[in-house]
Amino acid sequence: MTATDSPVLTADGTPLKASLRRALRREKARAFLLVSPLLLFVLMTFIAPIADMLFRSVENGIVHDTIPRTVQALRNWDPGESEVPGDDVFEAFYTDMVFAVERKSHTRLGSRLNYERTGLASLFRKSGRRVGTFDTKDYADAFNMLDPAWNDPATWDMLAESEAASLPHTASAYATWLGVVLADGGDPLEEEPWDVLYAALYSDLMQAPAGGFENPLLDDAQSAATGFEPVSLREQFGAIDEDWLDPQVWRTIQTYAARYTPGYFLNSVDLKLTADGVQYRDEGDRIYILLFGRTLYMSLVITISCILLGYPVAFLLANLPLRTANILMILVLLPFWTSLLVRTSSWKVLLQQQGVINDILVALRIVDDASRLVLINNQTGTIIAMTHILLPFMILPLYSVMKTIPPAYVRAAKSLGATDWTAFWRVYFPNSVPGIGAGSVLVFILAIGYYITPELVGGTRGVFISNRIAYHISSSLNWGLAAALGTILLFAVLILYWTYDKIVGIDNVKLGG
Amino acid sequence: MDASRTGDNFVVFEKVQKSYDGETLVVKDLNLSIAKGEFLTMLGPSGSGKTTCLMMLAGFETATHGEILLDGKPINNIPPHKRGIGMVFQNYALFPHMTVAENLVFPLEVRKIGKAEREEKVQRALGMVQMGEFGGRRPAQLSGGQQQRIALARALVFEPELVLMDEPLGALDKQLREHMQFEITNLAHELGITTVYVTHDQTEALTMSDRVAVFDDGRIQQLAAPDVLYEEPENSFVAQFIGENNTLLGKVESIRDGHCTVSLDSGETIDAKAVNVSSVGERTLVSIRPERVECNKNRLMEGAHTLKAEVLECIYMGDVFRTRLRVAGKDDFVVKTRNAPDQARLEAGKVVELGWLPDDCRALDA
Repeated sequence: MTATDSPVLTADGTPLKASLRRALRREKARAFLLVSPLLLFVLMTFIAPIADMLFRSVENGIVHDTIPRTVQALRNWDPGESEVPGDDVFEAFYTDMVFAVERKSHTRLGSRLNYERTGLASLFRKSGRRVGTFDTKDYADAFNMLDPAWNDPATWDMLAESEAASLPHTASAYATWLGVVLADGGDPLEEEPWDVLYAALYSDLMQAPAGGFENPLLDDAQSAATGFEPVSLREQFGAIDEDWLDPQVWRTIQTYAARYTPGYFLNSVDLKLTADGVQYRDEGDRIYILLFGRTLYMSLVITISCILLGYPVAFLLANLPLRTANILMILVLLPFWTSLLVRTSSWKVLLQQQGVINDILVALRIVDDASRLVLINNQTGTIIAMTHILLPFMILPLYSVMKTIPPAYVRAAKSLGATDWTAFWRVYFPNSVPGIGAGSVLVFILAIGYYITPELVGGTRGVFISNRIAYHISSSLNWGLAAALGTILLFAVLILYWTYDKIVGIDNVKLGG
Repeated sequence: MDASRTGDNFVVFEKVQKSYDGETLVVKDLNLSIAKGEFLTMLGPSGSGKTTCLMMLAGFETATHGEILLDGKPINNIPPHKRGIGMVFQNYALFPHMTVAENLVFPLEVRKIGKAEREEKVQRALGMVQMGEFGGRRPAQLSGGQQQRIALARALVFEPELVLMDEPLGALDKQLREHMQFEITNLAHELGITTVYVTHDQTEALTMSDRVAVFDDGRIQQLAAPDVLYEEPENSFVAQFIGENNTLLGKVESIRDGHCTVSLDSGETIDAKAVNVSSVGERTLVSIRPERVECNKNRLMEGAHTLKAEVLECIYMGDVFRTRLRVAGKDDFVVKTRNAPDQARLEAGKVVELGWLPDDCRALDA
C-alpha cells in the first residue's frame, strides 16, 4: 500500500494497471477464440430461438398486416356500442378482404382470431369465397357505362398519382391492387380493374365535396354517382353470415388489432382480453392453470420419489468398496444407455391392465381379476415412468457429494455418544443436503419440461404443460400461445431457481468435488 | 509406571488378533495393559497395526480374536457410542455444518444433559483450550491449530476417562505441533485422563508419553518409557526406528556377565553390552548412538573403546556438528558433537580416533 494516491508504476514508468492489462490481453483473446465456436453455436441454436420465442409470445402483426384499413377505420368505433360499426368500416373491410383473399391470407387471419373467438375461422373462410361476387359489380358497370375510360387501368394509374389527396381510398386500394396483380405475374395495364376499385372510387366521390374536382372525368363521375343505387356493404356481409352484424365480432377484431398483444399470455393463464378488459375464460375452457398446477405438482412428486428412492442407493454406492460400487454404478447408469422411447414403452408393457405387474398381482391373488389396477394412462403412470427415468439424475449428484463426506464424521459422532441413527441424521444427512439440492434442482427442472414420457404413458389426466405446448406447435399451429406457455414455464423455472438460491444458496449445490 | 499401582489395568488388550481378509494378520497377538491416568503412545511406521488397535479400542473395528477390557469389563460387543471414549481424529472431523459451540454441545445433547449444565461444560471445555471466544464460529473459519484445539475440547467435553488420539497433530506445521504437544500432555495430566495416542513421529512419542509402545509388523516390539526406549532399545528395529543410530554388523565371539565381544565384519573386535544375543557365533547388529561417541582424545572416558576413523564430511547444524566418518569399512557412521569452545570442527580427510564406552554399545539381533 503506497501512502500517495498516484498509481503504481512499473520499472519503465507505465502505470502497473495498464501494463497488467496489456500482459493479459493476449491470454484473454486466446481464451475468447477458443470458446468462440461454441459461443456462436449457442447463440444461433439456443439464444436466438429463445429470443424468437419470447418475441412470438407477444407478437400480433397479422391482424394489422392483413386488414390494415379495417384496423384504421375501427379506431374511431366505440366498442361499447351495441350497434355494428358504420359503413366506413365495412368499406375498409371489403377492400382488405378482397386483397387478403387474393393473397390467401384471410384464412390465416381467421385462424388467429378464432383463438380468441370461436367461429371466426369459418366465418373468414366463408366470406373469402363470397367477397368476390358482391353487388359492387353494379358500381363497376355504372362507371364503365358512364365513361369507357374507367375500364382502362391507365386511368386509375393516372388518378392514383394525381388525385391521391382527394381520392384517398381509391389511391390506397389501387396501390395494393397494383401490388397484387404484379405479384401474380400479371400486367396491370392488361388487367380489368376490379370491383373493389370502383367501390373505393364511389366511396371517395360520395365523401368529397360536390364539384371539388378539377378533372372533368371525376367531376362527371361524381355527379353521376349521386344517382347510383347505393350498395350497402354491411348488408352484403350480413348476407354471407349473420355474424358480421354481431358487434362482438368487431370488438374481437378491434381488441386484437394492436401489433403487440398480451393476449397469448392471458390465454396461458385462462384469462382473455375482451373489449371490456381482462376476464376469466368460461369455466369449461380453463385448462392452463390446471395444467401448470399439475405440472408443478407432479414434478414435485417425482422429485420427492427420486429423493426417497435415490438416497439409499447413493448412500450404498458411496459406502461400498470401490469394486462393488463400480458394478452397482453400472446398474444405475444402465438406463442411460437405453433409448428413452424403449424405456417408456416397456413401462407400457409392465403397467397396463393386462400387463406384467397386474398379471403378477392377480396371480398372487393380491388383486382381484375384475379390479385390475389402472397404472397407466393416468398420473400414476407418468409418475412411475418419470421417476424411473430421472432417478440417475438424482443418484449421481447425491453419490458424488456423499463420496466427499469423510467417514470420520460419522465415527466422530458415534465416539461422542450418538447412536447410529443420530449420527446419520445429525451429522451425515446435513452434509449430504447439497447433493439432495443439486439432484432436486436437476430432476425438477427436467421433469417440469418433460414431454415424451407423459405423452406416451400419461393419458389425458397425466399430461404436462409441455404436451400442450407441443400440441400448439404441431397441431393447432397456435405458435403464439405455445410461445407464451413456454415463456411462462421458462420464467417459472428461473423463479424457482432464484428462490432456491435465496433459501439454500446455489453455491451449496455440489455436483461433486 | 509403577507396576504395582492400583488401576494399573484400566485398558487391557488380551491376545488380540485382527485380520481384514482372513489370510493375513494385521495385529498379531497383542497384549497390553494401560494404567489409569497414563499417557501411552502407539508408535510405528504406517501399516504396523497401531491405528487398527486404536480403532478396535474405539469400537470401529472388531477384534478377530482376543478380548479388550475397559475398566475390567470386556467391551468387544459394546457399540462405540456406549463406550464413552473420547476421540480426536486425524483431520479433526469437526462437523462443518455446526458452529464450534454446536460441535461441543453435540456429545452433551445426545447424553441428554440439561441446558444450563451443557453450556457451562462447553464454556469450561473451550476455556481449557483457550478458545472461549470462538464458540460462534464455523470450523472452516478456524486455522488448523484452532480446529485442533476444538477437536480436543470436543473429545474432552463429556469428561471421558479415556481419550484416543489418532495422529492429531499430523496436519500442523512444526512449531505449532511442538506447542500443541506440550498443551495436550499438560491437559491430559491435569485432568488425569488416560490417553492412548497414535503417531508415527518418534519425537512426538518421546516428548509426550509416559510409555511408548513401538509397533512393527502387527506386534509391539518394545513397550517402555521414552528414556528407556531411547537408551536401551531391545531390538534392532527399535534402535533404528527411535532416534539416530550407528550400526555395525558382526559375529558374537564370547558372552560374559551381560557383555559380549563382537568381531566386526571388517576385522576389528569390540566390546558391547549383550542385549539381544543369546549364543556365541550368532550374527549381531551393534548399535551406538551418535552422541555417545567421543572424537576428542582428551575427553575420552576411562575404559572407552577406540576405533580409527576417517572424516568424510562435517555438517554445521548450529548447536551441534554432525560429522560423517568411515568406521570399520562403513562410511555412514555419524557422530554428533556439541558446538563448544573446546570442540573443533573436524576437517574432511582427517583420520581421528573415536571412542565410546562398551555400555553404550548394544549388541542386538541382526
